[in-house]
Amino acid sequence: MSRVLPYPLLTLSLLIMWLLLQQSASPGHILLGLAIALLASRAMAALQPEKPRVIRFLPIFRLAGRAVVDIMASNIAVSKLILNPNSDMTKSGFLTVPLELKHRFGLAILSCIVTATPGSAWLEYHPEESEVLIHVLDIENDQEWIDTLKYRYETLLLEIFG
Amino acid sequence: MTGDQFPLWAAIAVSVLLVAGSLLMLAGCIGMVRFRSFYQRIHAPTLGTSFGTIFILAGSVVYFTVTQLRPAVHEVLIFVFVSVTTPVTLMLLARAALYRDRIERVQDVPASKDPLDNAEMQTSKKPS
Repeated sequence: MSRVLPYPLLTLSLLIMWLLLQQSASPGHILLGLAIALLASRAMAALQPEKPRVIRFLPIFRLAGRAVVDIMASNIAVSKLILNPNSDMTKSGFLTVPLELKHRFGLAILSCIVTATPGSAWLEYHPEESEVLIHVLDIENDQEWIDTLKYRYETLLLEIFG
Repeated sequence: MTGDQFPLWAAIAVSVLLVAGSLLMLAGCIGMVRFRSFYQRIHAPTLGTSFGTIFILAGSVVYFTVTQLRPAVHEVLIFVFVSVTTPVTLMLLARAALYRDRIERVQDVPASKDPLDNAEMQTSKKPS
C-alpha cells in the first residue's frame, strides 16, 4: 500500500488543488487529478523526505487561530509605525530565543509563522544550542516577543508534533 | 450579470475589500522606502502578503461568486502559495544579508555561533 500511496496527505492535497484549479468536481476531473496526484507523490518518494507524524490534530486549529490574530495585530502595529511621520525608526534589533522544539516540521512551521508576521523575522537557527536569532522591529518589548514565541506557538507545536 | 444588475451591497463589499488590501500593500511599499536597514525592510512586504492579499482575494471571491452564482474558491490557492513562499524567500534573503554583513564585519550584526563560520571569518580579509 505504501508503494502506491507513499504520501497519502500529499496525494489528497494535490487532488484538492487540481479540482480547485479546474473549478469542478466532475468524475472525469477527479480521475485525472487522482492520476496526477499519485504520479507526483511517487516522484516525491524518490526524495524520501520524512513523513510528518502529527500526534494531535486539534492544536493545529488553535495555532492557526492564534497566528491569524497575531498577524492582524502586527499588521496594525507595523502600519502605524510606517505611516506615522514622527515614529522612531531605530527601535529594531536582534534577539536570541532559546527553543525546546526540535522537530523539523515544527521548526519549519514556526519559522514561517514568525516571518509571515510583520514585525518579526526568523534569521538563523542553531541546532546545537537550540536557539534562534530573530529580528524584531520593536526591541523594547523584547520579553513580550520571547513570551509570544514560546508560550503561544511553541507549546502548541510541541503538542502537535511531540 | 450585467453591470446594472450587480447588487449594491456586493459592490460596496468588493470595493471596501479591494481598497483595504491595496492600502495595506501601499503601507508596505512606503515602509520599504522609509526603513533604513535591510533587516527592517524585510518586514514591510509581509504587510501586503498577509492581510493585503487576504482582503484583495476576498473581494475577488465576493465579485465572482455574485456574478457567476456559484462559489469561486480557487483564489484561496493564491493565498496559500503566497503565504508559503513569501516567508521562505524573505528568510533566504535575510540569511544572505547576514552572511555578507558578517564577512564585511558590519558592527551591528550579531556574530555567528557556528564554528565553521567563525573559522572562515578569521581567514577572510575585509574587502576594501
